[in-house]
Amino acid sequence: MSGVEGYMYPNEITLNWSVLIVLYPYITGLVAGAFILASLVRIFNVKAVAPTYRLALLTALSFLLVAPLPLQLHLGHPLRSPEMYFTPHSTSAMAMFGFVYLWYLMAVLVFEIWLDYRSDIVHLSQTSTGWKRTLYRAMTLGSDNISPRSLAIDHKVGWIVTLVGIPSAFILHGYVGFIFGSLKANPWWNSPLMPVVFLFSAMVSGIAAVLLLYMGISKLRKTPVDMPCVDTIAMYLFYIFILDFSLEMLDLVHRVYEADESFRTLNFMVHTKLYFSQIVLQICLGTLVPIFLLAITQVKKLPELVRRRIYIVSGFLVQLGVFAMRWNVVIGGQLFSKSFLGYTTYKMSLVTKEGLFAAIALTVLPLVILWILVKLLPPWDKEAQASIPAATAAN
Amino acid sequence: MSIPKDARHLFRFAILFVIAFVVFLVIRHFVVPKTFGEYGHYRGAAITEIAARPMHFAGHQKCETCHVDIGEAKKAGKHENVSCEACHGPLAQHADDPSIQPTKINTTEVCIRCHADSAAKPGVFPQIDPVQHSGGVPCETCHQPHNGL
Repeated sequence: MSGVEGYMYPNEITLNWSVLIVLYPYITGLVAGAFILASLVRIFNVKAVAPTYRLALLTALSFLLVAPLPLQLHLGHPLRSPEMYFTPHSTSAMAMFGFVYLWYLMAVLVFEIWLDYRSDIVHLSQTSTGWKRTLYRAMTLGSDNISPRSLAIDHKVGWIVTLVGIPSAFILHGYVGFIFGSLKANPWWNSPLMPVVFLFSAMVSGIAAVLLLYMGISKLRKTPVDMPCVDTIAMYLFYIFILDFSLEMLDLVHRVYEADESFRTLNFMVHTKLYFSQIVLQICLGTLVPIFLLAITQVKKLPELVRRRIYIVSGFLVQLGVFAMRWNVVIGGQLFSKSFLGYTTYKMSLVTKEGLFAAIALTVLPLVILWILVKLLPPWDKEAQASIPAATAAN
Repeated sequence: MSIPKDARHLFRFAILFVIAFVVFLVIRHFVVPKTFGEYGHYRGAAITEIAARPMHFAGHQKCETCHVDIGEAKKAGKHENVSCEACHGPLAQHADDPSIQPTKINTTEVCIRCHADSAAKPGVFPQIDPVQHSGGVPCETCHQPHNGL
């Protein structure tokens, strides 16, 4: 049989989970990571990264809005999806995720963005015209009170929302790893470390994404890049990356040491079918090279231009590596037979509902949404940004 | 308790949440079937609706009341536990009115549903490559399907 080596059970020959299911944890990871970067400003009072605070929140919102779409496309029947909310089943992790998603979207992200932008929204509702004026007026919820006391209340409430948002972001992405990690039937997935590994790789990809977006937008706007800001982000990216890599290696070493009945099969797979995506892309290009590059910036004083280029290259490599990690988990876990006697092949289609073009469209869509959000709620209001550390300090 | 003037906008946001929740409850009231959850995580009325649907399968006991000889032959062979309608298809109409004659089955297609060669089946289970084994000749030419010989 074409694409099949050895023996596969009939239901294992064709992969059920396609590239869209790879994209789904990748996108939710970007959401969680971007939010964690924003929380550095609010909660951990890292003032240096304040220029990216609003951009990180808008990035998280853009990607969060798109996060369920790969699942919708994969499952079909989008009109059935509200059933998850109308008749939730408490034993279904997916159903519970629906509520986590809704909570994170509305009670954390939208609320925090609204609180942070309120003075801007009120100002824009008074200065803009036409449909924009109507939109901004609706967004003020009829309150144009931006007195110092009301803004101070907003900052305090925003601090609490961010505090609640951190575990919410952890749950949002930890759940994705939980889904895979709790599947007893698949030894490639079944690991209690899976949620933690997913979470740390999410932080890495989200922080790197905001770093790239910030530098890209600065280039487009022809404004100078705030080097202390990107240096600080790169430092956090480096340390979290070290933790992420350590956890992934811990998982690997544990599997090698444990060497259960699945080990020979999985080991063979890593050395053959997954060699390029796991060893070359994920571990070498996507992890070791960016860690090495970021380490250079931490131990050696390099010129600004060189640092910026290193951050850009590292940022892209991180995206490549984290996407490859999701690919290896989702696709890799379906390539071998439960009998451990054979392997199948994933052939990605191009123009189908779950093909490459759909995946590219879903990757570009959050960037389009971000562009619209940035137009509506510009994140580079210097006065507003300057007020964040002050308010945080007031807490 | 009066709401401080400088915190009123927060309550407006909270009211939005309350409105959204009430809308959710109203929609839920109309879209979730009344009998949902009556017995479990499904629509309770589905049981009576399914029970009211016409029967398609008669059951092997009913077949054997008329086709006694076939029933005896089956009991003596390896197909003892294979229900008549597993091969012949649903025959409740025929059982109720014997004048309705069932379509004769094509053994070339029906037998290989179980007996086509597959590595997923236990080695002791009789299985063949249909092309090599018979080349399209109906199975009952050589075999007796009812007792599985």
